[in-house]
Formats: sequence, C-alpha cells, structure tokens
Amino acid sequence: MNIIVCIKQVPNTTDVRIDPVTNTLIREGVESVINPFDAYAIEEAVRLKERCGGKVTVLTMGPPQAENALREAISLGCDEAVLVSDRKFAGSDTWATSYTLAAAIRKIGDFDVILCGKQASDGDTAQVGPGISAHLDIPQVTYVKKIEEISAEKAKVERMTEEGYDVVETPLPCLFTVVKELNTPRMPSLKGMMRAKSAKPLKWTAEDIEADPAALGLDGSPTRVIKIFTPEARKGGEMLKGDTADIAAELAELLKDVVI
Amino acid sequence: MASITILLDKCTGCTLCVKACPFGAIHMANKKAVIDMAKCTLCGACVAACKFTAIEIKKDASPKKDLSAYKDVWVFCEQKKGVVQSISFELLGEGRKLADKLGVHLCAVLLGSGMEAVAAELGERGADKVYLVDHPALKSYQDDPYTEVLVRLAEEYKPEAILCGATTIGRSLVSRVAIKIDAGLTADCTELDIDAKERLLLQTRPAFGGNIMATIITPNHRPQMATVRHKVMKEAAIDKTRKAEVIKKSYPEEVFSSRTRLLDIVEEIGETVNLSEADIIVSGGRGLGGKEGLALVSELAKVLGGAVGASRSAVDADWIPYSHQVGQTGKTVCPKLYIACGISGQIQHLIGMQSSKVIVAINKDPDAPIFKVATYGIVGDVFEILPALTREFRRMLNK
Amino acid sequence: MDYLLTEQQVMIRDLARKIAEEKIRPVAAHYDETEEFAWPIMKILADSDLFGVYLPEQYGGLGGGILDMCLVTEELSKACGGIALGYAGTGLGTLPILLHGSDEQKKKYLPDIAAGKKLAAFCITEAEAGSDAGSIKTTARKEGDKYILNGTKQWITNAGEAEIYTVIASTDKSKGVRGASAFIVEKGTKGMEFGKKEKKLGIRASATREVIFTDCEIPAANLISREGMGFIIAMKTFDCSRPGVAAQAVGIAQGSLDHALEYARTRVQFGQSISGFQAIQHMLADMGTQVEAARALVYATARMVDSGAKSVAKESAMAKLFASDVAMKVTTDAVQIFGGYGYMRDYPVEKYMRDAKITQIYEGTSQIQRNVIAANMIKESIKK
Repeated sequence: MNIIVCIKQVPNTTDVRIDPVTNTLIREGVESVINPFDAYAIEEAVRLKERCGGKVTVLTMGPPQAENALREAISLGCDEAVLVSDRKFAGSDTWATSYTLAAAIRKIGDFDVILCGKQASDGDTAQVGPGISAHLDIPQVTYVKKIEEISAEKAKVERMTEEGYDVVETPLPCLFTVVKELNTPRMPSLKGMMRAKSAKPLKWTAEDIEADPAALGLDGSPTRVIKIFTPEARKGGEMLKGDTADIAAELAELLKDVVI
Repeated sequence: MASITILLDKCTGCTLCVKACPFGAIHMANKKAVIDMAKCTLCGACVAACKFTAIEIKKDASPKKDLSAYKDVWVFCEQKKGVVQSISFELLGEGRKLADKLGVHLCAVLLGSGMEAVAAELGERGADKVYLVDHPALKSYQDDPYTEVLVRLAEEYKPEAILCGATTIGRSLVSRVAIKIDAGLTADCTELDIDAKERLLLQTRPAFGGNIMATIITPNHRPQMATVRHKVMKEAAIDKTRKAEVIKKSYPEEVFSSRTRLLDIVEEIGETVNLSEADIIVSGGRGLGGKEGLALVSELAKVLGGAVGASRSAVDADWIPYSHQVGQTGKTVCPKLYIACGISGQIQHLIGMQSSKVIVAINKDPDAPIFKVATYGIVGDVFEILPALTREFRRMLNK
Repeated sequence: MDYLLTEQQVMIRDLARKIAEEKIRPVAAHYDETEEFAWPIMKILADSDLFGVYLPEQYGGLGGGILDMCLVTEELSKACGGIALGYAGTGLGTLPILLHGSDEQKKKYLPDIAAGKKLAAFCITEAEAGSDAGSIKTTARKEGDKYILNGTKQWITNAGEAEIYTVIASTDKSKGVRGASAFIVEKGTKGMEFGKKEKKLGIRASATREVIFTDCEIPAANLISREGMGFIIAMKTFDCSRPGVAAQAVGIAQGSLDHALEYARTRVQFGQSISGFQAIQHMLADMGTQVEAARALVYATARMVDSGAKSVAKESAMAKLFASDVAMKVTTDAVQIFGGYGYMRDYPVEKYMRDAKITQIYEGTSQIQRNVIAANMIKESIKK
C-alpha cells in the first residue's frame, strides 16, 4: 500500500506567550515541532504499513527548516520524505496550500491513502486536509477515530461526531483526517533516528511540482489577512482572601445571581 | 508574485517590526530591518507596526473582478435526524445583522429528507428565503452529495457570503465546497462584520492558539465563506409572524450519488449535562491529583446543576473521558459561570473557556495564569475549598 | 556540564530521557504501589531499540558500550529506579554471555535480548551465600551431554519475568571458589521454578524472586566458557555491571534532587520561598555537587571499561560505592527538604529514598566494595 502523510511544522504553542509589557508574541525560545495532530497521522500511516505492507511517504510544505520535521517523521517509521519549499509559496492561505500539496502528491504518483492531522495548532482551520481531497477529487472521511477494516479497494472507518461516531465505508484511494482518539503515537526508535540522520529528503520547488503560479502563495490565496492584533486581554478580577469558611461564604454570595 | 521590501532610507532601526512579526521573520542587521523570506508569510503585521512607513508589500495587481452579480448572505443550516442544530440559529442571528448592513436578503440553505415543515421554522428565525433541497440521499450528511448540491446552489444563485457552523459536518463540507467554487474560506471566526463600502465580509479569528487575532477578507473571490463555532454568536430570536420564501430545488439523480457509504450512526451515552450547552460548568485540572479530586468537582457541579469539565491534563491522565475536555483540542464553552479547580490556565485551556461570563479560579499556585482571567480568584487548596463551597451552595439552593 | 558524549550517545540519552519523562514518570507511583512488573514500559524500551545499545551490531545491537548502558539506566532511574531495573537487570544477566560466551551462544541469545524480546537475569546469590559468594551450594552435575542443576538462588532481579538466566553453580565442590561454573538456563526448562515475589522496602516495581532448580537438565552446550571459570566470569561481570548500578544510583539521586529543587522554589514559609534560606541552599549545593561528582566518576569508569582496560575492578567498585552512598544521602536530604510532605506517600520523594537503599547493598555491599578497592590499591602499591 502506498501511504502519504501530510505534516506541518508549527511553533510549539504551549511555549508561545504574550509579552505583558509590549503585548506582542514572544517568539524567542519557541521551538518548532511537528503539529500535534500530525503525530497521530504519522503513527497510523506506519501502522497501516505494518498491517498491509507498502511504504509511507511523508510530505510537508514549508521553509527549509521544515526538513527537521521530516527527519523526525522518518525516525518514527516513515520511509521517504518530500519537502516542497519555494519563496513563491509565501503568503499561502488554505486554498493555495491545499493546491500546492495536491500538486506535490500528483508528482509523488500513485497512492492508496492520504493521512492528515485534523488541524494545525497554529492556523487551527482544519481546511487543508479536505482541500487536498477536493483538489484531487478523491473521497474523504474527516475526524477518523478508528480504521476498522482496510483493503486495496475500500476501507471501513469510524468518523467522530459531536454525539458519538458514524461508521463510514469509502473506496480507495481516499484521504483521512485523523483525531487523537485514533492511536497512541510511538516513541522514536534509535535505529529510526539513525536512519533519519542519514536520510536525504527530496526537495521540490514550485516548478518541480508543475504548479500554476497564479494558484500559489499570496496571489493564489482568495483570503487575505488585513490586520493582526493581540486580543483585548481579559483582565483578572478580584482575589478573595480569608479562611476557607469565609471565602466559601463570600463567593457563594457573589455568585448568587448567576447560580439561582 | 507578491513581494515585501524594507525601504532602507526610511528605516530607523527602531525594531518595532521585529516585535510585531508573529513568525520571527525580521531581524536587525547594521541597524536596518532584514526580512527572512523563508519565514515571511506576507501577513502585513510589520507594515501596520512601522511608524515610519518603511515597509512595503506589493501585491500583483490582479484585475479586480466584477463581483456585482453576487448578492445575499447565506447560512447553511445543519440538521441532524431532521432537527435543525442550534448553531444554525446563532448564524441566522448574526447573518441578519450582516445582511442588513449590506442591504440584502438573508437566505437559509437546508438539505435533508422530509424537511419541508422545518423550512418554515427558519423564516421565524429571520431568514428571508430558504433554499430547500429535499432528497432521501440527503437524510444524513455525506460529503459528496452535500458538496455537489451546495456547489450547484452557489453557482446558480451566487451568494456573496456563506456562513456555516464550525462543526464536524460544517468543516468537512465547506472546505471542499470552497475549493470547488474557488472561494475564500475562514475558519472559526469569533467576530464578523461588514465593510459596506467595499461590500466585504470582515472575518476575525484567533491564531497561534489564540495568542493573536487576525482579521481576514476575501477581496477578489465570491462567495466569501466563513465558519463560526458553537456558542460564539447569539441565537436569532423567534418571531412567529415572520415568513420566508421557500425555494425548493431538485437535481438529477447523479448529483446525489456518494462514493462513501454511511453504514451506521452510533450515539455514545453521554453524561447527564451536555457540556457545550451548560450554563454552569465546574472544571477540574491537574491540581486535583486524581479521580478522587474530580469527585469533589462532580459533587459541586451536581449541587449547582452544572456540567463537569476538565483540562487536558486530567483527560490525558485518564481521570475523566475526553468528552469533558475543555480547550483548544477539546470543546469551546461559553457558560454563565465557569469554576476552574486546580487548573493552571495554560493558553490551550483558556481558549476553550475565556469567553465565559464569570470565571472563578481555585489554585494553590498564586502565579497560575488562570488568575489573570478570573473574575474571582482563590489561592488555596481545592480539597478544602471545594467541599466548603459545595456546603454553602447546598444551603443556599436548599439541596 | 558537557560530558563529551558522542552524537550517538546524546541521541540515546535524549531518547531514554523522553521515555522516562513521558511514559515512566506518570506510572511510577502506580507500579510502586501494585508491585506489578511494568511490561508496557519494557515494550516501549524494546521498540525504541534501547535494549541493544551496548551489544555488538552483528547481534542486532547498536555497538555501543557500558557508558551507553549507563546513560540509559541513569535516565530511566530518574523517573523510577524499580522500573529501570527491568532494563538494567537484563544488562547484568546478559554480560556473562557477552563477555565470555562462545560465538554460538552469542548468536543464539543476544539478538533476542538486543531486540528486547527477552529479558535476562543473573543468578548467583543464595540464602547462605551473599557477600560470601564463594559459598554457593547450587550444584551442576555433568551427565553425558547434559548438566543437572540443583539448588536455590535467592533475591534474583527479574526472576520469573526474564526468559534467559545466567547461573553460577558449583561443578566441583572440592575446588571451592575455583570449582564454580557459569551456565545459561532458559525459562520453561523442566526443573526450574520460581518462588513468590518478594515484598521489598524499595524498587518495588522490580520483580525479585527465588529461582529453584530441582534436577533441572540443561544441554552441556549451555556451559559458558569452561568449568571452573564461574567465579571469574562473575567478577568480570560485576566489574562491568557495577557502573550500571552506580548509574542507577546517580539517576535516583538526580531525580530526587530535581523534585527537591522545585519544591524548595514553590514552598513558602515565613513569608518567603524556602529556597531563599541558607540552610536549604547549602543542602541543595551539597546535593548538587555530590551528584555531579558521582556522575563524573561513573562516566569515567564506564569509559575506562569501554576502552578495554584490563583491570577495572577497583574503579568499578569506587564508582558503585561512591554513587550509592551519594544516592542514600541525597534522597534522605530531599525528603528533609520536603519536610512533612516528604514523609507522605502522596508525594514522590519518599519513594526515591526507599529505592536508593538497595544500591548500597546489591551487586556487592558497600563493605565488599571497600574490600575490593583496598585490596587493589595495596596490590598496585606493591607493584610499584
């Protein structure tokens, strides 16, 4: 089975903070990591390979340093890696990003399953996965929490919903976006880490993937950011002091209107 | 190709742009700003920050399309088992304001099977028109038929904006539709507004885990599409006198075909109070130490008639199921009262609850970030405070 | 401090640290309480290729040495010294085969150990033979192409969980210490049974049991090296494994120190953080210095072993002696810094103190270590 995993390198949002003095983002010391949801996609891709045989190609669109994310994915069991990087991609919104990734996937060639994390922790849009399947015109199932059965022709999966889950059958090739409930990502292995060190990811530019320049980057993006600002910080209120019994009584009184 | 340049003669090396850049793409060299094109996303934050207009973004002047044929604000109304979901009413409420600012109609889009009676309801919520597509294949959501139908409707009737709930269905659906009709789509908007002069939908949403807000427009493509999360906007009030024009559309059979098959819908026995709908939530985090600590949280929630929430730490430690998780990777809630117990208040959690009306925080660490957003803060031991509070409220509410 | 580790060693250490932090730390208290064997953790270590760091590449290992094994043991012990013993104890049980086994024996047993498919255990101690290891009474009688083992080994780490056991038994009582031999026995061999799991003060997640041989028949090919080599094999094994115990001690000490530091920062008494009081600061300073010194000695010793030095007995004993004493002192001080909370089982430090004690006892008590050190020092000074 040919499995493709799309990943994104993102800043570790647990580290990102607002500088209280300047009210701007503190970027120093914030390391770049593989988008948390993509870790589940990588794990599932490797499991599918172990289950059905085949190979896993990990793909990312990003700046040159995104190569580190690819190497980490290799240490977790991916076989091949592709970095699609070009200044022409700067300013891409989800439309242009999914177009670019779809073009790269076409160049990679035949595939049976594409796996994506549900959403990226910096953009949080959850649009790129479905965007890729729309560009490639393949069926998709989003929020996959379990792959019950899978063969060369079709798969039976559970799609997470607000109330529980749907059981959906889909023909292959198809695209899945995955949620945390799907699996527990493994630790990297030393042999994997050594393979990652000596790996040579493929590096493709816009020309290599034969992309239409008008569909790339800022120019290919229907949406445009016109303003970035730090949100009105919700201010802290009152700190209640005293011994336990007094505090409890005071708080109950303060919340009377809300609670009754 | 779009480009960004530092006008060196204007740059004074003040470093305001360095601080403003959310991507760390600017640094100083010889007291002049230098932009790392590998990191720059052309978001323009630096342009806005520069007091000396020393940064210029040039966009390829693409010919401005004639978008005058696009009119009306649409709301995709999600239904499950024949019941319109409340997110749709929230979108109709917001959509009405937007349509009024633009001076156009507010139209509801309803797909399903046997939904005629329900269509009328949507008029009572403010819709001027309802586009109804009724077919057995649309009974439950499937990507292919829903996408195809919405695409055809949009291409025929040319709405200038489509709003949709940021639900599992909504997000899957409109992401595909946006690609197919070449539209711009912004996810999880927390604020929508209209620039009436340019007839633009101003879409504001959080990024970087909510650390910054971005306002986004779709200048040159129509429709302008946006998804909004549950409980962010206010529900449209019911006006029993209002009636909408129901337009029934039918399509050839192949439009309703689906490559995927829905085999089963499984509902998992949920907890007694639905977290997303709750007015009062008592939430537990790592500071509770374990299931026994969470029992104290449940106790207070029961007395208050509220739901039990949890931070990611508590869920990851297996003290409580994921369905209770509040935060970036859990649910967003907007109750009247949110009591955070033993929760430090990491940004990922705050994102899920900071729009609660009243926040009470109990934590033994006086430096916990949660106190910065709490209306009332208590530095103390949850194991003492919670039982005391439970006693007080039990007395007050005569339980 | 830069320990001048190779890139591979840094990779190994960082991976072990990651597993310790993310997988072992959250469950350490649970396993200490239930005394179950942490098989899920063993599986993670196996999948990460950590069991083979010190084994040759031709047998599926990574070709590193004792220092690599120490790095892993130290990191795992920071989270739990008991769980770490599933790993370190396997190292101990494997060393006789690695150091003295024939090519066939290495080919047969090492790959499964390197892959983490099988754990190992070393059996020498008996009820009447602790420090006096020469007094072992377990016998191995040769009969044709077999050896028949009889006797009971006591307090064996990993007994019952491991698949591969390296056993020291007497083949010639008349020769005393020189009559002992080393054998490989596989779990499931008829005549091999395990006693109940011992209830211990510390390292409760480690499985400690008796191993009972009753007319247990093993193939003659399972003899390691030659008859009579048993004691030498045991001593050479300890020379290589003592740095590992020392590493476990360093890990336990460091783990407790980390907890104590964090507590000292956040605990407020008399209106200030207790980390501002000189009494606490001096304790922390001493603890920190001692742990660094212990670590330096352990790494230097491990490097010496890996360099192929002929005689490492004195240094190994020094490392184990010093590190275990440091662990006991540092963990006790850590409890002291925690004050009343340190005494409570709900807080993590008391476990470190309980775990530290064994490092002064097993694989040669601190008293035996001193004997070894002094004997070697005197021998060396004579040579001069």
